[in-house]
Amino acid sequence: MSAVRFENVRFSYPSGVEALRGVSFEVPTGQRLAIVGQNGAGKTTLVRHLNGIFQPTSGSVYVADAATTGRAIAELAASVGYVFQNPDEQIFASTVIADVEFGPRNLGCSADEARSRAMASLATVGLAAEADTHPLHLSLSERKRVALAGVLAMQTPIVVLDEPTTGQDAGGVAMVAGVVEALASAGRTVIAITHDMDFAAEHFDRVVVMAKGEVLADGPPVVVFGDAEALARAAVEPPQLFRLAAHLGWPDRPLTVEGFVDAFERR
Amino acid sequence: MIRLDDVGYTYPDAPAPALQHVSLEVPPGSITGVVGASGAGKTTLAKVIAGFIPQVEGGELTGSATVDGRNLAELSLVEAVSKVGLVIQNPFNQISGARYTVRGEIAFGLENLGTPRAEMAAGVDEVAALLRITDLLDRSPYALSGGQMQLVAIASMLVLRTPVLVMDEPTSQLDPAGTRLVFSVLDTLEEAGVTVVIFEHKLELLQAHADRLLVLADRTIALAGTPTEVLADERLSGWGIGATRYTRAARLARERGLIGAEVPLPVSFDQAAAVFGTGAGGAR
Repeated sequence: MSAVRFENVRFSYPSGVEALRGVSFEVPTGQRLAIVGQNGAGKTTLVRHLNGIFQPTSGSVYVADAATTGRAIAELAASVGYVFQNPDEQIFASTVIADVEFGPRNLGCSADEARSRAMASLATVGLAAEADTHPLHLSLSERKRVALAGVLAMQTPIVVLDEPTTGQDAGGVAMVAGVVEALASAGRTVIAITHDMDFAAEHFDRVVVMAKGEVLADGPPVVVFGDAEALARAAVEPPQLFRLAAHLGWPDRPLTVEGFVDAFERR
Repeated sequence: MIRLDDVGYTYPDAPAPALQHVSLEVPPGSITGVVGASGAGKTTLAKVIAGFIPQVEGGELTGSATVDGRNLAELSLVEAVSKVGLVIQNPFNQISGARYTVRGEIAFGLENLGTPRAEMAAGVDEVAALLRITDLLDRSPYALSGGQMQLVAIASMLVLRTPVLVMDEPTSQLDPAGTRLVFSVLDTLEEAGVTVVIFEHKLELLQAHADRLLVLADRTIALAGTPTEVLADERLSGWGIGATRYTRAARLARERGLIGAEVPLPVSFDQAAAVFGTGAGGAR
């Protein structure tokens, strides 16, 4: 069963700018997919089709094997949790806990259930102590974590993360990576947009490279990051240690620190 | 020269200081990077160096903070703004909200300083070209992506041509190409004699572009030195800063006995190529 399927999706903004020019791919349930490419490549426009914010100008989008066309945003919200790049587009309540509880309450959870899910999600993102704080008193990187907790509390089968690591320090990036791994081991589907190729290489099964509204490459990280032509067209550089191994002429193309040291030992 | 001597600062009504015993010197015409975990006090330090603290935020500042020998706390806000440009962390908050085009937004600061119209237009065109946002000049500031907004926020400070530029995570919204562009602009500014203090999480880029690095931990400067000295320091992870993947790989290779303890830890691509290209004991 596929979690998500894009079929020849085209999308034009009212201004006439064509942001997506025929995108087709399928995401199996439980996959961790990273979408990479420059600003303006169409990445955010594409994933905003998954929760019904956008409808394709032509082509079709399927979530859990049903077309999104004609489905209400509220209905899709039970299937797709979407963490915006800018948390201030998402956060609105006057306490952190109220904001995080809103999603599960809206999906019909009891007050107790919503509260316990919200507290668990806040603990996951390291903000349990800030439950009663006004979100505006938190830093931007903390507000990003509040937005992530809000989506985690909804326990949707599909989670979309738009630039989840930006502005996070080393601990914050490790926390987001842990969330991705935990979601995947719970059988949920994770689709992340990221500019951090090291993060994509280390924590995702598959990488889709986009440029100018089209998919240029699609496959496991080790294959995609070896596609020099597609990466150059998308202005994307391979992960640092992957690039270093290639530079040194090693036969392996490691994706992680451990993989790199293994390759060093084998060379 | 920016000089802080034993600076402490407490926000209004805050129970504990946000900075304490901070002493640092930033030589003119250099790029200084500041790293630190979230909550270490980076944004507060940026505002002190820019003269926004205590003038705008209130609170209690102790010790002395000077730019070119002048005490920041005694400068008028207009004087402070013409000496130090501050690019704040969230570009959406840097936008004035008073102008309907990107061009007007970038010119806003110059307008307030009474710059003649022709000079203003030339200045805006120049910084827009430098940051490759000329095609955005006639658009509304509210119809921009996060990355575009960040470049506009940087342009609105560059156009003021302040001798000192303080930037608080200026590349957080940018893609890798945009990030490289901003750092190359910093190199250009440095050559022109501008002093840059940049607060940033991207260690590899600081290594490549900064002359010096400062580590902010527990509200004070915990370590200062060249990027190579600082980034190889064992204590960084304890301060929540992490290490480049080159350093992490070398540490793991050391642990597994694949390279000797006498090999200096690499912090950059070139240093790592030297260490791993030749193997045990073969580093330069």
